[in-house]
Amino acid sequence: MSIQTPLARVRHLGSAKEGVEHWWWQRLTAILLVPLSLWFVASIWWLVVGGATYEAFQDWLSGPVAAILMLIFVGALFYHLKLGLQTVIEDYVHKKAVKWTFMIMINLGCIIGAVAALYSTVAVAFGS
Amino acid sequence: MALRDRPLSPHLQVYRPQLTSVLSIFHRLTGVFLTTGAAMLCCWLLTAAAGPEYYAWSQWFLTSWLGYALLAAWSYCLFYHLCNGIRHLFWDVGIGFSLRATYASGVLMVLASFGLMGLSWGLGLYFYFTG
Repeated sequence: MSIQTPLARVRHLGSAKEGVEHWWWQRLTAILLVPLSLWFVASIWWLVVGGATYEAFQDWLSGPVAAILMLIFVGALFYHLKLGLQTVIEDYVHKKAVKWTFMIMINLGCIIGAVAALYSTVAVAFGS
Repeated sequence: MALRDRPLSPHLQVYRPQLTSVLSIFHRLTGVFLTTGAAMLCCWLLTAAAGPEYYAWSQWFLTSWLGYALLAAWSYCLFYHLCNGIRHLFWDVGIGFSLRATYASGVLMVLASFGLMGLSWGLGLYFYFTG
């Protein structure tokens, strides 16, 4: 048993000052995703719906602007996705085993998805 | 602590939905659904990295009737989530908390998402017929 008051304990130990990290990164990635997702949709319409050839696609993603924007888009997207899905699970799933199964799947899934998409972008950009 | 099946609040069986709660629930639903779009983005980029013959698979799938249906659903959910997300960002800096403002921004957000959908499909149709 400790003689510290609860306030003293919170001030000097525990997760103080990092509690808003989740919230903050969700907002930062949201701000990034506003222009990037509009750019992404327009690009998809042009490439996929417009039926661009593979060569045209490669030319597009090899340019510095598209490659850099795509890398930032993928990074922000998967981080935002991870934070959002995690919040949904935290709110609705309270059985420990189910909750942690989802948490592990979300976190590993987002890491794998992000790495796959980032690697593929770089591979196309450098013309593998 | 033992978990028992206690009644949940809000009591969904007798709950009258309002614009605010419905928009909030759809924000989550669209967010979760967009996860499948992110998975498709991964497949699209992976096939692109694997080479032209694999990229053609993605192109074939996305321009099938199922692909177009999914693109329509993903794009609308994205616009919805984006517009309501901007509404959330305004709340985050303390703007628009009154009941009147919340309803007004809700209606505005839905109209904006329809507007973006119209614009984007106009652009899509343009590429479809000229591309």
